[in-house]
Amino acid sequence: MAEWEAVVGLEVHVHLKTRTKMFCRCALEYGAHENTRTCPVCLAFPGALPVPNAKAIEHTIKLGLALECEIAEHAVFARKNYFYPDLPKGYQISQYEKPLCGRGRFLLPTAGGDEEIGIERAHLEEDAAKTVHAGGETGRTIGAEYSLVDFNRGGTPLLEIVSRPDIRSADQALRYLRLLRQTIVELGISDAEMEKGTMRADVNVSVRERGENGFRPRWELKNMNSFTFIGRGIEAAVRQQVAAYEAGKTLEQSTYDYDPDLDRLTVHRSKEEADDYRYFPEPDLVPVDPPRELVERLRGELPKLPAARIRRIAKELSVAAADELVSTGNDHKAQLLAERGVDWQTAANVAMNEPDFLDANAAAIAAIVKARDTLTREAYDGAFAAARSVSIDAAEYLAQIAVSDTGELDPVIESILAANPQQVETYRGGKEGVLGFFVGQVMKETGGKADPKVVNELLREKLKA
Amino acid sequence: MRPTYGTVSRYGVVAFASSLDQVGPVARTVRDCAFLYSVISGKDPCDSTTVDVPPVELPDGIDLKGVRIGVPKEMNETEGIEPGVAAAVQAALAKAEELGAELGECSLPRSVEYGMPCYYLVAPAEASSNLARYDGVRYGLRVEGRDRLEMYEKTRDAGFGDEPKRRIMLGTYALSAGYYEAYYGQAQKVRTLIKREHDEVFERFDLIASPTSPTVAFALGAKTADPIAMYLSDVLTIPSCMAGLPGLNVPCGLSEGLPVGLQLIGPQRSENVLFRVGHALEQSLGFDPVPERLR
Ligand SMILES: [Zn+2]
Repeated sequence: MAEWEAVVGLEVHVHLKTRTKMFCRCALEYGAHENTRTCPVCLAFPGALPVPNAKAIEHTIKLGLALECEIAEHAVFARKNYFYPDLPKGYQISQYEKPLCGRGRFLLPTAGGDEEIGIERAHLEEDAAKTVHAGGETGRTIGAEYSLVDFNRGGTPLLEIVSRPDIRSADQALRYLRLLRQTIVELGISDAEMEKGTMRADVNVSVRERGENGFRPRWELKNMNSFTFIGRGIEAAVRQQVAAYEAGKTLEQSTYDYDPDLDRLTVHRSKEEADDYRYFPEPDLVPVDPPRELVERLRGELPKLPAARIRRIAKELSVAAADELVSTGNDHKAQLLAERGVDWQTAANVAMNEPDFLDANAAAIAAIVKARDTLTREAYDGAFAAARSVSIDAAEYLAQIAVSDTGELDPVIESILAANPQQVETYRGGKEGVLGFFVGQVMKETGGKADPKVVNELLREKLKA
Repeated sequence: MRPTYGTVSRYGVVAFASSLDQVGPVARTVRDCAFLYSVISGKDPCDSTTVDVPPVELPDGIDLKGVRIGVPKEMNETEGIEPGVAAAVQAALAKAEELGAELGECSLPRSVEYGMPCYYLVAPAEASSNLARYDGVRYGLRVEGRDRLEMYEKTRDAGFGDEPKRRIMLGTYALSAGYYEAYYGQAQKVRTLIKREHDEVFERFDLIASPTSPTVAFALGAKTADPIAMYLSDVLTIPSCMAGLPGLNVPCGLSEGLPVGLQLIGPQRSENVLFRVGHALEQSLGFDPVPERLR
């Protein structure tokens, strides 16, 4: 049987973090009362004209620089004409032939070296308004009694990043998305939160036999807003396409929906119904010619990017662990602790699992982490609870040494064992998991001041008898 | 007058063909026109296509010494120009020479040949997009229907006249996949060519002159059945419009009892020259705007 490979390309949309909308001065505020952040421009009143948001253009260039894109010397806004109630002008101002950012690349560090995902382009456009279907039984388009449109979102600056079809698996797609998201967040250009709708993706999937040249017709999954469903959607598309080809069928390019209940794709519409957007250069706007000085200033403002940090931390941990640390934005904390003598593995665990702490508390937290085996649980948790918001004194917590004196712990343990003969039997019958129950009892009895390591040892010894 | 594209804000103006739409003053005298222009022109932060303009000089005096006027032969000798119109324009040009201007022949062959077809691709294409917003939802006319789609259809059917409908269809077609390059794309290239041809002429001349329209005003409704014949009334004003150039129309005489317009066209932002020449001719030609039968 043939060996198949997935061919995936992603179009990622993120709302840019700007004070005002893309082409008017309306404030961008999530959660504002419906249709209160609108004006003649974003409601498409006759005679209103767009004025581009300079900050959004800078954000786009910044992203382009981070993705090693060619930054256009002459970028052009274009009208994408289509008619829908959430698009009051009857066209969306986007970019077509001359986007702000051209070809680039994004590197995903892995144990076997960097994987390169090509970037086709990144361009700036305006988001549509939000439609809410109301009434009816399902609350969805079909069966709804009426639809409401909230124009607060209409005109939000939207950055679209189009990858080349270089992605070969759902896992790689998710690693690409996570690292791209982290990069966007760190550039300070967007919150990129799928749950809040400030990041979404269109996913293009096709399959081909390994070694085959060219591409087969692709299926498009539009407006995906969860990493989990993107991964499952890609896997479902691959499964269904491979099954179809192996059954001797041919496929055509279509738009699909992912149904999480069935874990299957269902056809949304086929290419014959595809829109003709009648793109043409937006005559209401002059082309954007970003001055070289601006581009160089923005290049100078780029922070050290996540991919580079993964490569560095991977020297201390595995690439996967470094990737996780960086993609969750926790590597900074781990770095602070490691610089203060905490071993990298522990530093990473603490950064991933414990509450955040102020940078100024790094030295105190490092000392507490290093001494954690001798501290009471109370002291350890207390230090983190405080370190999140105020400056802490390590000495105060380091004084709370856990009880490890066997003379003091012995009688406590003896009385607990005596009070729970049944659990003792269970343990001796081979179910060692019950040990946790005894540890818990001892901690409770000592007010959390016992050294768990010593308690464990004592318990094992006594239960052996 | 039609000012240089981008010198007067379009903010608040119902858009028809955005890359051609221009707001221009209409006044009883050239001087008033200049005065009004000085008020409405200049950069507007609400219209990003606007530019700064040089200070407007109110015209004074009739001396035209040193002004070089080009007379494009395609725009003055073409068949279709009414004899009375041609005669009035020639008389006005002779007057300009008398006042000190230097006349010279020039040629704009491609602008005149392609200006009109080019316009009838660009303008309808942009109009088809600009008029999409009149759907009856947020403002203006609404004709109710059984559902949303029928409401749109009925509203548009009732709200748009025959000519807008004709242009929306033409423009939608010109922008469609597979036709864009042949129509809209090609028209944009021709536009660049028209600009260049004018630029070359303005290396030798300060402005060019021709009739504004080949004929005097026709009766209301006389050409409704023949849109092409009606479109041809614009053949002399469209090339410079496609190039974004300023044009000033000054009445210069009568043909068959109706006023004849003299058109003066200059390079971008040459409004002051147009005002100066227009004012001098207006003062010297003694045209009486009151119709003969009312005097
Ligand atoms: Zn607005």
